[in-house]
Amino acid sequence: MPNNDKNLHTLSVYVANKPGVLARVAQVFARRGFNIESLVVSPAVDGNFSRMTIGLSGDPSGLDQIIMQLSKLVDVLSCFDHSSDTAVMKEMGLIKIAVDAEDRPEALQIIEHFGCKTVDLTPTSIVVQIVGDPAKIDAFEEMIQKFNIIEIVRTGKVVMSRGEGMT
Amino acid sequence: MSNIEMEGGQAIVRCLENEGVEYIFGYSGGAAIPIFDALVTTSTKIKFVLVRHEQGATHMADGYARATGKPAVVLVTSGPGATNTLTGIMTAHMDSVPMIVLTGQSVSWMLGKDAFQEADIYGMAMPVVKHSYLLKKPNDIPHTIREAFHIATTGRPGPVLIDIPKDVSGGHCDIDLHAEMDIPGYKDVPAPDHDTILEIAEAISKSKRPLILAGHGVGISGADESLLQLAEKVCIPVTNTLLGKGVFPETHALALGMLGMHGTAYANKAICECDLLLNIGSRFDDRIIGQAGMFCKDAVKIHVDVDASEFGKMIVPDIACVGDAKAVLDELIKHVPVLDTHDWLKKLDGYKKKYPLKFIRQGSLKMQHIIDEMYKLSNGKAVTVTDVGQHQMWAAQFYRIDERNNFLSSGGAGTMGYGLPAAIGAQFGRPDDLVVAFIGDGGFQMTQFELATAALHKLPIKIVVLNNHYLGMVRQWQELFYEDRTSGVDLEGNPDFVKLAEAYGIKGFNIRRPGDVKRILQSALDYTDGPCLINCEVEKTDNVFPMIPAGAAVEDMLIEPPKHKMEKPTGST
Repeated sequence: MPNNDKNLHTLSVYVANKPGVLARVAQVFARRGFNIESLVVSPAVDGNFSRMTIGLSGDPSGLDQIIMQLSKLVDVLSCFDHSSDTAVMKEMGLIKIAVDAEDRPEALQIIEHFGCKTVDLTPTSIVVQIVGDPAKIDAFEEMIQKFNIIEIVRTGKVVMSRGEGMT
Repeated sequence: MSNIEMEGGQAIVRCLENEGVEYIFGYSGGAAIPIFDALVTTSTKIKFVLVRHEQGATHMADGYARATGKPAVVLVTSGPGATNTLTGIMTAHMDSVPMIVLTGQSVSWMLGKDAFQEADIYGMAMPVVKHSYLLKKPNDIPHTIREAFHIATTGRPGPVLIDIPKDVSGGHCDIDLHAEMDIPGYKDVPAPDHDTILEIAEAISKSKRPLILAGHGVGISGADESLLQLAEKVCIPVTNTLLGKGVFPETHALALGMLGMHGTAYANKAICECDLLLNIGSRFDDRIIGQAGMFCKDAVKIHVDVDASEFGKMIVPDIACVGDAKAVLDELIKHVPVLDTHDWLKKLDGYKKKYPLKFIRQGSLKMQHIIDEMYKLSNGKAVTVTDVGQHQMWAAQFYRIDERNNFLSSGGAGTMGYGLPAAIGAQFGRPDDLVVAFIGDGGFQMTQFELATAALHKLPIKIVVLNNHYLGMVRQWQELFYEDRTSGVDLEGNPDFVKLAEAYGIKGFNIRRPGDVKRILQSALDYTDGPCLINCEVEKTDNVFPMIPAGAAVEDMLIEPPKHKMEKPTGST
């Protein structure tokens, strides 16, 4: 997911932590032709609220409308666009590759270069844990492609404003 | 008061009383029995109106709310009872009408298990409500009902749905009924920004040809007096939307009447020629703006709306001001100058003389004739309700409205079948006022069963059925844009509506000739023993003009029937 694509957006939505809220939020995107690329929901410091970090693709000219429509929902307290700011943006990925003894040294070299962790190792496979900005995970994926990738699971990005600013 | 233990249904009724509810419109059913039982056991003063179909209940609540400005309540059961309310909820949502819809639901432990008459109405209604709830426990009733009324009636109003499982309405509620609201995400309307007000006043002061576009928001906010003062002080002409009928007196010298697809030629000419457009409480509906890129191209566009998400949705304004219409107007009026708009008003008066709304009284009977005569006989004072179609546009053109809450019509949704039940709701809300419903023969048959409700309560509504035996508006499009290939529009098989009315014990009249219009309408107005129905056998193939084809620019308005073949319109409807 290259960050310079103007059709990709990152929204942080602060919502009431109760059933049905995700459905309301998702409807706003679906109706206006935006696709959810990634979605992370977790309880906030105050457990009555949740933080949604949403990676979206869609026509940027419609984004302001979407943000206003989201802000209008009774269960939404705030909604910010972090697409172009300098917020901390991180993601974790687990990647399982098929590697035998012969290929293992080269695989481990790439894994070490990217600062990843090997979290599972068998005679025929490795599960790698990678944490970083989404572009780094993309780059790692590309490098490791020469091996047979069995599975990839990515958490989706989470963002947080720098300093004391609110996300 | 009231930490007294009571059944959930009783708590619901008491909470509705606390909100000042006068009427509940509804239909009973298994999952809602505890609530219906509570209407009896609480000996409440709230009056329950049993309708004949749940859609009718929602339109009655809608008509009541639009005619009184107060929220109304709908009570139905689960499953089909609940799904039958969706059209009415959508209608209210599109037109920002406050409404509380209580739906019975299967017991909570059966949800998601296809229980008898279980429907996920909470999920289905989500896109057409302002907010909704699925109750989990009886003690959630008090705060939920308070929140629902607050949300439905404040800011930009809209429908709120509360889905109530039978174990919640039948369980025990043992907390204070005056519970605190808990809606931290609900934003209050901000006070208008002072600098923006000054910016608007500055723009107006530089304008030579200013125009006010007044929408439903003016009426909702109760800003009609403020608007009148502003227009008269600055000498600005005013055009209004369909739902804005009555927010500025349409008989006023500065009034241009309705604009848009079937608006007056002079209002649309004013839109094309103004150098400043001050839109107050209208959402720039596609039926108004036509081709967005061409709309008021060279004018300074100012948009005042209580809902910030309307700014730039259709038209990008030069100045946007979020706020309640009355608050904005009352502040703005302090800063606007008196303008010399004499030449501009003279030009518009010229258009009024050159392009008046007109019809031919002789020959076949015209819908316009009926509406115009009713306007005269009722002195323009009736609460005027319409259905949807050609007659709706002619009612908007020929029944001029001078007061807010006096014109009820499904604008955004265009819901056929709205007219009769909405008129019933309006008459419940305003028992002492004359209510006239203009309804086409198509829309009438969609909810005609509510004649029973009108008859039972002896509501003195004048039900004017403008019967051309066609779905006239679609037929008009087919004639103009589809080489007159009529398809799916011929209502052959209409019953005798007068006999139908009589079967319900309702007085019926027939009008067949132009010469009889005045006399028979007067007889209908003089009839006081409950509702009456006036079946008007009108010209079958008349067309509404002026007309701006959907998606065309306002400049391309057809004032008269076109002499050349028309391209298919690019707009949706």
